[in-house]
Amino acid sequence: MAKFGSALFNRLVIIIPYAWLLFFFLIPFFIVIRISLSETAVAMPPYLPVFDLASGIGGFIDNIKQFSIANYIWLTEDALYAKAYGSSVWIAAVSTFLTLLIAYPVAYGMAQAPNTIRPTLLMLVILPFWTSFLIRVYAWIAILKPEGLFNQLLLTLGVIDQPLIILNTNWAIYIGIVYSYLPFMVLPIYSSLEKMDHSLTEAAQDLGCTPIMAFWRVTFPLSMPGVVAGCMLVFIPAVGEFVIPDLLGGSETLMIGKTLWNEFNANRDWPVSAAVATILLLILVVPIMFFQHAQAKADSEGR
Amino acid sequence: MQRWSRFNIASIVLGFAFLYLPIVLLVIFSFNESKLVTVWAGFSTKWYVQLLHNQALLDAAWVTVRVGLISATVATVFGTMAALAMTRYTRFRGRMLFSGMIYAPLVMPEVITGLSMLLLFVAIGFDRGFWTLTLAHITFTMCFVAVVVQSRLLSFDRSIEEAAMDLGATPVATFLQVTLPVIAPAVFSGWVLAFTLSLDDLVISSFTSGPGATTLPMRIYSQVRLGVTPEINAVCTILIGVVAMGVLIASVVSRSREIQRVKDEQAAFAH
Repeated sequence: MAKFGSALFNRLVIIIPYAWLLFFFLIPFFIVIRISLSETAVAMPPYLPVFDLASGIGGFIDNIKQFSIANYIWLTEDALYAKAYGSSVWIAAVSTFLTLLIAYPVAYGMAQAPNTIRPTLLMLVILPFWTSFLIRVYAWIAILKPEGLFNQLLLTLGVIDQPLIILNTNWAIYIGIVYSYLPFMVLPIYSSLEKMDHSLTEAAQDLGCTPIMAFWRVTFPLSMPGVVAGCMLVFIPAVGEFVIPDLLGGSETLMIGKTLWNEFNANRDWPVSAAVATILLLILVVPIMFFQHAQAKADSEGR
Repeated sequence: MQRWSRFNIASIVLGFAFLYLPIVLLVIFSFNESKLVTVWAGFSTKWYVQLLHNQALLDAAWVTVRVGLISATVATVFGTMAALAMTRYTRFRGRMLFSGMIYAPLVMPEVITGLSMLLLFVAIGFDRGFWTLTLAHITFTMCFVAVVVQSRLLSFDRSIEEAAMDLGATPVATFLQVTLPVIAPAVFSGWVLAFTLSLDDLVISSFTSGPGATTLPMRIYSQVRLGVTPEINAVCTILIGVVAMGVLIASVVSRSREIQRVKDEQAAFAH
C-alpha cells in the first residue's frame, strides 16, 4: 500500500504541473503558429479557417490546405515590421549593456560588504521587484517630462538653460529598461561574486597583479556565469517589452511588442499579430535555449 | 574592513538611490495639493479621499484582489509540486521539456504569453472574463513559485525524510509532516511573490480578460495614457504600501521561523 501510495504521489507531483504547463503554456504556441497561417476575416473569431473539431480528420486536412503564408509575406513587404524587429533587438542590446554597467559595481559592492549587512542589501535590491512594473515606469514620466523634476533640478543647478527633451525619445526607453530590470542583473552577478574564493584575487595580487588587473583577469571571468544569466534575464524580455516603449517612448519609436499590441488591439488583425509573435519567438528561441541551458547547469551544480 | 572600499560604498549608495528615488518622488507627489505632479503646492490627502468615490477603480481593485488570492493559492500548490518534481526526480520522460516550461515563462515577453493564451481560450470557446484571467495568472506565476521553492529544496537535508519513511510514514504524511514544515517559509514567500505578480500584471491581463473583469493595472494604464495625475499617484502609493506590508510580514515570518528552527536545533543537541 505504501509502495503504491508512493508511486502515485510521485506521479501526481510530476503529472499535474506538467499537464497544466503543456495545456496552458506549450499548446498555445502551436495555436499561435497555426493562426498565423490563417486568413483575416470579418467574423468572430476574426480568422479563417476556424477550428472545427466536429469535421474530423477530413475537415482537418481541408483546414491545412487552406493555410497560407500570406501573413508572413505581408510582414516582409512592409518595411515597418523589419524595422521594428531590428530596433527592438538594438534597443534591448543597448539597454542590457547599460544595465550591466550600472549593476556590476552595485553587485560587486554588495559582495564586498560586511556579512552582517548583506541580507539587508539583498532585501533592498529585491524589494523594487515586488513593486508594480507599471508603477515604476509611470514614476519616470513625472521625472523625465520637459517641465519634470529632472529638468527642474538641472535648471536650478544651472547645468542647462533649456529643458532637455528626454521623454518620448529612445533615451527614456533606455532609462526605463535599465531601471525596471536592474534587480534582474544585480542578483545573479551578486550570487556568483559572493561564492567566489577571495584568496584567488589575493594570490593574483601577491604574484604581482595590480588590483585592476586582478579584477579583469580573475574576478570578472569567474563572475561570467552571473553576467550571462543577468544579460539573458534583461535582454529577452526587453526585446518584447510593451509598457516601457508605450509610456516612455515616442510615437516614432518602433518596438515589436508595441507593434504586436497595436496590430491586435487597434487593427484587430489576429493572424498578422500571431505571425508577428511567431517571428519574435524565432528570434528569441536561441537566447532562451541558451538561458535554460545555463540554468540547468547551475541547478545540477547546486545539487 | 579593508575590502569594503569607498568605491564599493559609493556604487551601492548611487545604485540604491537610482532604484528608490523615483518611487519616493511618486509617493511624495501623491500628497500634493496641486493637480500638477511636478510642482509642489502643499500637503493634502484630497486625492486619497477622491479615490474612495471612484467606483470604477474600487471595482477594479476588488477584481484584482480576488484574482490574486485564487491564482496565488493554486499557483503555490502547482509550483511546489513542480519544484518537488524538478529536485527529486532527476530522470523522467520529458524532463528537459518540463524544466524548459518552468524557466521559459520567466523570460518570455508578456505580449507573446498573453496573445498565445488568449488564442487558446478562443480556440476552445472559453468566454473571456474573470476565470480566463485567473487561469492565465496561475500559469505564469506558478513558474516563479517553482523557482523559489526549488532553491530551498536544493539545500534540504533529505535524510530526515528518509528517516520518516523508514519509520513507516507514507509519502504524503512525510511530505506534510516533515518536508512542508521545513520548506514552509519558501512556499510562503512563493505565495506572496505570486500574489504580487498577479496584482501587478498588465499585459497578460489585458489579453486574457474580458468585459466585466478589468483589473487595477488595466484601469491605471488607461488613466495614465490620458496623463499623469496625483490621483494615480495615490493609487500607486496604496499599492506600494500593500506590497511593502506583504513583504515585511513575509520576512518577519521567515525570520522568526528561522530563529525558532535554530532554537529547536540547539534544544535537540542539548539533550
